[in-house]
Amino acid sequence: MTQPVIRLAGIRKSYNIGTEVEAEILHGIDLDIAAGEFVALIGPSGSGKSTLLNLVGLLERATAGRIEIDGIDTATQDDVGLTRLRNRSIGFVFQFHHLLPAFSALENAMMPGIIAEGRATDAHEAAARELLRRVGLEAHSHKKPNQLSGGQQQRVAIARALLLGPRLILADEPTGNLDTHTADEIFALMREVNRERGSACLIVTHDPRLAERCDRSVRMVDGLLYT
Amino acid sequence: MRIRLPFELLVALRFLREGRTQSLLILGGVTAGVAVTIFLTHLIGELQSSIIERVLGSQPHVVIRPPDEINRRALPDAPGTLAIDQPRAQRLRPVDQWESVAKLAAATPDVVAVSPLVTGPAFALRGEASKSVALMGVEPDAYRRIVLMDKYLTAGRFAPSGTNAVIGIELAKDLGASLGDRIRVQTAGGREEVLTITGLFDIGNRDLNRRWVFVSLRLGQSLLDLAGGVSQVDLRVTDIFEAEAIARPLADATGLKVESWMTTNAQLLAGLKNQSTSLNLIRSFVTLIVALGIASVLVVSVVQKQREIGILRAMGAGRRQLLAVFLIQGALVGSVGSALGASLGWGLLQIFASVFRNGDGTPIFSPELPADIVIGACLIATVVGTLAAMIPARRAASLDPVDAIRS
Repeated sequence: MTQPVIRLAGIRKSYNIGTEVEAEILHGIDLDIAAGEFVALIGPSGSGKSTLLNLVGLLERATAGRIEIDGIDTATQDDVGLTRLRNRSIGFVFQFHHLLPAFSALENAMMPGIIAEGRATDAHEAAARELLRRVGLEAHSHKKPNQLSGGQQQRVAIARALLLGPRLILADEPTGNLDTHTADEIFALMREVNRERGSACLIVTHDPRLAERCDRSVRMVDGLLYT
Repeated sequence: MRIRLPFELLVALRFLREGRTQSLLILGGVTAGVAVTIFLTHLIGELQSSIIERVLGSQPHVVIRPPDEINRRALPDAPGTLAIDQPRAQRLRPVDQWESVAKLAAATPDVVAVSPLVTGPAFALRGEASKSVALMGVEPDAYRRIVLMDKYLTAGRFAPSGTNAVIGIELAKDLGASLGDRIRVQTAGGREEVLTITGLFDIGNRDLNRRWVFVSLRLGQSLLDLAGGVSQVDLRVTDIFEAEAIARPLADATGLKVESWMTTNAQLLAGLKNQSTSLNLIRSFVTLIVALGIASVLVVSVVQKQREIGILRAMGAGRRQLLAVFLIQGALVGSVGSALGASLGWGLLQIFASVFRNGDGTPIFSPELPADIVIGACLIATVVGTLAAMIPARRAASLDPVDAIRS
């Protein structure tokens, strides 16, 4: 069997540890996602979806359990190692598109490469232009985020997430604040690039219509995962 | 081919450009601070050196004289004894063993010139006029290294020898004499000599122009009845503010009265020191204010840019990279502000130098800015900018990416 891109085993996450308001948000999560798999993570607000995504995205550390990204046990990595892993292996697409307002669409799409190499390279620029063309924004590459529509911004965010060819794409309600038509477009685009590039996707969504179109759905309720 | 900036510099520049108003305001603050610092430093430096030059231009840095004659009490210090102690009149006396004293002084490090001088009161007479003067018996070559007489000479040469004398322009006017004329000098001891004026000087001090009559050392000695002796030995040192430190050991070694200009002009020195202290105080406060300004603007910027910082962190930017982004912003504000400030300070100097002039039309101070002041101010501003950015930069680096993105 091929190695899963993500392997979660017994993940627990508590906040305010050691205080009176200590609260466990995740009560032991097990989840494997294989390369090229497109998985929807659904569940009510406050069930712990975003927390799980942050843990998988290495923005936070789990209280207990094991997170493996591409076979690497993240517990063995220090802050620098995690940061590097985030940069090379993971692409984020956030709900509110989260582009850097001071940079053009092209520069935003190039940013993971600039961070990785310390400065922009011609290869990054070529890759970013190709990705912007792929998401239909080649004519808008010089525009700043505030000159783009919500859907366009999210396309830039997708291009940015894909730049370094990460093994894993994490998307936190990527279509959350888009109208239905645009949401469908963006979702379709993500599905397409997932097929083209074979990266695993974990997508948090509230939209059952979108969840149905994924390879698989997992449901989170009160800090537990049901498949 | 486009220039690709390093990530940290690129982001720092964009952040500064994005917060345009804040950046311009703080840049203005740094500019003003640097301009004021450069302008004040140069102005006060110039004023001080011109004051010092004026004072020390006509006097030696250190003077060695014979010790004062004091009374020694013969009466026992028993209770009930009354004594009236009348200070002794100080007669003109030679420096004991002046040649070995001069040799010792010349061998002292940082002493660049040694000149024996015999000086005493006399009358200068010509026709009906009689003026009280100070006879100055000097070795011209040694003396012109103490007081730059050649610079002050308006006519003739500074070469008193035989019965040739060099006098000030005021005395010449008072006596109605000019170059080549003869004057008679008479000392209290009754000796007299007819001197030929072979040089006129204007030392920039009316009193000295009226009083000093330079003759050769030998003539001075015989007129003042100090055969072979001198009344003082003048010294010039490399660093004028070291004069006192050089004088003290000499006094201890010789047992003579060794005074530096710093003792004889104590009030001037205190004034200069106070001036320097207030200058430093102003500079420190300006630096502090600039530092606080940069720090506060960047602290606000970190708060405003929390989300962007979070995004960058999520994309894999390390803590060190973000630390650098904000440190660079501080350094940029400091260095660009100091470049602007140096230009502004230079402009201010040009205006001041053209508006405020001496009586003779020359500028009170040189409008040329010494490079060390400019480089110093720019370096300090850049370093202070970087240090001031330390607190905000550390905050940026320590932001939790999850909190930052959620904000």
